[in-house]
Amino acid sequence: MRFLEVFFMDDTFQTFSYLPFKGTVNLNNPDTHLLYLEYYGIDSNDPPSEPYYVFFGRWITSGFRQLIRELSLKTRKFIGNTSMDPQLSLLMANQAQVKLGDLVLDPFVGSGSLLVAVAYFGGYVVGSDIDYLMLHGKSRPSRIKQKKREENESIKANMEQYSLQDKYIDVLINDFATSFWRDDIKFDSIITDPPYGIREATEKVGIHKENYSISEKHLSTHIPAKIQYEFSELYQDLLAFSAKHLRIGGRLVCWFPVFREDYSEEGLPTHECVKLVSNSEQVLSKYTSRRLLTYEKICEPNEENLNSANTIANFRNKYYKARDENRRERRVKEANIREKNRLEALQRQTKLSN
Amino acid sequence: MKLITHNMLTSKCMKGVTVGYPLKIQAVDVKTTEVDFNPEFISRLIPKVDWNVLCSAAESIGYLEDLPKEVTENYENNVDFLKKAHRVLLEIDIINGELICPETGRKFPINNGIPNMLLNEDEV
Ligand SMILES: C[S@@+](CC[C@H](N)C(=O)[O-])C[C@H]1O[C@@H](n2cnc3c(N)ncnc32)[C@H](O)[C@@H]1O
Repeated sequence: MRFLEVFFMDDTFQTFSYLPFKGTVNLNNPDTHLLYLEYYGIDSNDPPSEPYYVFFGRWITSGFRQLIRELSLKTRKFIGNTSMDPQLSLLMANQAQVKLGDLVLDPFVGSGSLLVAVAYFGGYVVGSDIDYLMLHGKSRPSRIKQKKREENESIKANMEQYSLQDKYIDVLINDFATSFWRDDIKFDSIITDPPYGIREATEKVGIHKENYSISEKHLSTHIPAKIQYEFSELYQDLLAFSAKHLRIGGRLVCWFPVFREDYSEEGLPTHECVKLVSNSEQVLSKYTSRRLLTYEKICEPNEENLNSANTIANFRNKYYKARDENRRERRVKEANIREKNRLEALQRQTKLSN
Repeated sequence: MKLITHNMLTSKCMKGVTVGYPLKIQAVDVKTTEVDFNPEFISRLIPKVDWNVLCSAAESIGYLEDLPKEVTENYENNVDFLKKAHRVLLEIDIINGELICPETGRKFPINNGIPNMLLNEDEV
């Protein structure tokens, strides 16, 4: 980037003389900012003599990149093991097209990192999660150096930290599989990072026994049993929930893990009432990635398609298989290196004793 | 828990419950906090609100104040009405207490402002 002074001294400046701007130039307090940019590629050690591109235009608004630092997890009061970094959270809120006065839900809210970004863009936020300790800020601390969580660690406290408390409505402890929302409640967007069963368990409340009940005596202290919440079932529920609880035109933004080799768009969850409008990949490892999916609600569900979302891909088994193979490969590699080192050491020894 | 949230919750997903609405409120601690007034948001919220339920919920915890019994016509342009709605929907916070299913009497505790709607495995 070349700086303004250079630009003014430079002949380039004169080449703009054709512009019909007649007034005096006021650099300290301009009415209009005009920007001229020269693009020399991304290798700063070896730039070409002429720029690849030049851009010229009027400044309309600045980007929000500074927010990434402002909302950094490093300085955030309450974080969890699966807090989303601010850049991706902001991106998700943008994908959802959150604007002032929207009502937005994260049904797998965790430490509420997505809601921070949503509230920043003016959305009023509601969240729910199955994890009691997490929502009460009592789960094990996520910072390495921290032994105990502070008093008053919570999603609400985060909102206060960023002066967004006016946008905080509520969070509740709720299993997504048994939703407590009134049937006719509509959200402007739903933005979430569902559990993949990788860093946190994918579970819901339930039991496989028939006619099971808990005695009165044990009720108050009872911790509900959980059963596996199948990955595909969870996404079906999420799409069906969105079809029901989004306003028309409202968006669902969520992550979807995939086994890269097998990925095809047909494997993504679908529902008649929500249309996939964007789909991008974040690579996680050689074998796995996650896709940021944005769906838009196009029509109200009827009785028939209310629960008829489809998911084909069975990511989980594949994921674990890939991981295990990875481990095995690494172990073999490490064993080979050890063996090589051992042989070399032996050789050195023989040389020495010769 | 704010009254807007209460207004949006039902216990219908429980085994054997048909309507589950409205949940009764047993409030132990109630706090009021000032929240920035955004007339546009409140206007967009009002169509989602079951107004009768809001009135009786506010009354049951002693915070009906001067909330009108009905939604005024043309409320979008009625700042006075929107402010009263704003007050009851967003500024009253139930910190400790219980929500109670109207059909089964099942209690859902509210601690530190957070309702616990987790069901036991025999209730789903
Ligand atoms: C990937 S994390 C989301 C993290 C979140 N974005 C944050 O900022 O911390 C997934 C969350 O889903 C929750 N969860 C898992 N199973 C659930 C269920 N059946 N219903 C509701 N929440 C569930 C977990 O407790 C976890 O907090």
